[in-house]
Amino acid sequence: MLVVLPVLVILSIITYKGFSALSFDFIFGMPESGMNAGGIFPALLGTIYLVTGAILIAVPLGVMSAIYLVEYSRDNAVSRLIKLAIVNLAGVPSVVYGLFGLGVFVVFLGFGVSILSGSLTLGIMILPVIITASREALESVPKSFRTVSLSLGASRWQTIRHAVLPHALPGILTGTILGLGRAAGETAPILFTVAAFYLPTLPESVFDQTMALPYHLYVISTQVPGVREDFRFGTALVLLLLVLILNLAAIVLRYRFRKKKRW
Amino acid sequence: MSTHIAVRDLCLHYGQTCVLKNLSLEIQRNEIFTIIGPANSGKSSFLQTLNRLNELSADFRKTGSVTLDEEDIDTIDVEQLRARVGIVFALPFPLPLSIFDNISYGPRMHGIRQKTQLADLVERSLREAYLWDEVKDRLHHPAMNLSGGQQQRLCIARVLAGQPEVILFDEPTSGLDPISTARVEETMMVLRDRYTIVLVTNNVAQAARVGTRTAFFLMGEMVEVGATRDVFTRPSDSRTDEYVTGKFG
Repeated sequence: MLVVLPVLVILSIITYKGFSALSFDFIFGMPESGMNAGGIFPALLGTIYLVTGAILIAVPLGVMSAIYLVEYSRDNAVSRLIKLAIVNLAGVPSVVYGLFGLGVFVVFLGFGVSILSGSLTLGIMILPVIITASREALESVPKSFRTVSLSLGASRWQTIRHAVLPHALPGILTGTILGLGRAAGETAPILFTVAAFYLPTLPESVFDQTMALPYHLYVISTQVPGVREDFRFGTALVLLLLVLILNLAAIVLRYRFRKKKRW
Repeated sequence: MSTHIAVRDLCLHYGQTCVLKNLSLEIQRNEIFTIIGPANSGKSSFLQTLNRLNELSADFRKTGSVTLDEEDIDTIDVEQLRARVGIVFALPFPLPLSIFDNISYGPRMHGIRQKTQLADLVERSLREAYLWDEVKDRLHHPAMNLSGGQQQRLCIARVLAGQPEVILFDEPTSGLDPISTARVEETMMVLRDRYTIVLVTNNVAQAARVGTRTAFFLMGEMVEVGATRDVFTRPSDSRTDEYVTGKFG
């Protein structure tokens, strides 16, 4: 109960104070008169772009790493080093990722402050979540599936592709959506790499800056004086709902795959 | 009769442990070659050498040679070899797919895509394994819903669909009831006409029932090999006699 209580309190305060701001114009409108009126659409769209970009980067890389670790590597110094690196990557504070992104993607690689830099930074941040979830999913596929598949003359890759991956997919999906939720909510990594204070237009390419929900929330709460209270809580509510919907999707997907599981 | 598989000076090791010493034998075409012996005698390790399945363990080593039709198995592409030398395991392991997809798995992995060709293969394999009549109306149901005996015959059909020359049976009936066991044995007897069969079994009576020739393995050594009737009625080694009459093991 002690755990449930703060969640309920936070949810109810945000809903109570922010619900009145929610409207079609608020969600799908552009900000007006110094962000004190209009909507949050550029920030919402920016967050969706960033999350999509991060997933496109992290999922292929993460799943391939997990496949290497579980199916190909033997237990030696190299694979232990990789596993150690993943654990450490998971423990790095998000603001450090932001600084890393600034140094490598924005400055060194010259992507500038852009959606590309921000997506790459977020992608690297959620990589450990995706690798760990994928590894667990692959390891939970019974060994007999691999033996049977190989004994029928399938190659190693065919075995992974047809006898292992399909059964690991639900776990990989769950990990992906958890990473998605985290990428949507983080402020620090996008602070230095992509987020704009205020933009009058929507981004047009991956090299443009964009507004993003978490940073927008920070801006209207602390940087711009006198923004209406219901706007601030309304923005928080939209962000919260976005993450909640993503997590809910993960739970539903996992449930549906579990029901289909037949061993 | 012609030699199908020839084994010369074969030694198998897992790490430091030697599981089979200096084995030489020949397996004839279209016979049921049965291998009996107590646990840890190297029977299953030997069987899995024939299609190079034990190479999956990192610490496995082998010396000596095995030839299939006078071709060294180490020079045959391993995926081809495993299609030519199929194996049925002690426990039926259907993949969590439909009956149809289980049986067409091997052929599909070898590049057969045509639906009609796959359907033909599935039907023929199921008929050969005497399972067709029981499952023909539910080919697209999950294979996991079949009974244990049916699952084991499904696994036989799955091996047959790869159009092998040799079928290895690794204690195929150890998890089955007597009636299912009898059906699997009948299937083996019929399959002998078209395939070479190597059967490893804990069940001495089973070896006597279906075997053409029988080898007795004990602690990594082959004690005796000969026509099944001879091995059971007048064994040349006293240890064979004691094992087949049930004095130990």
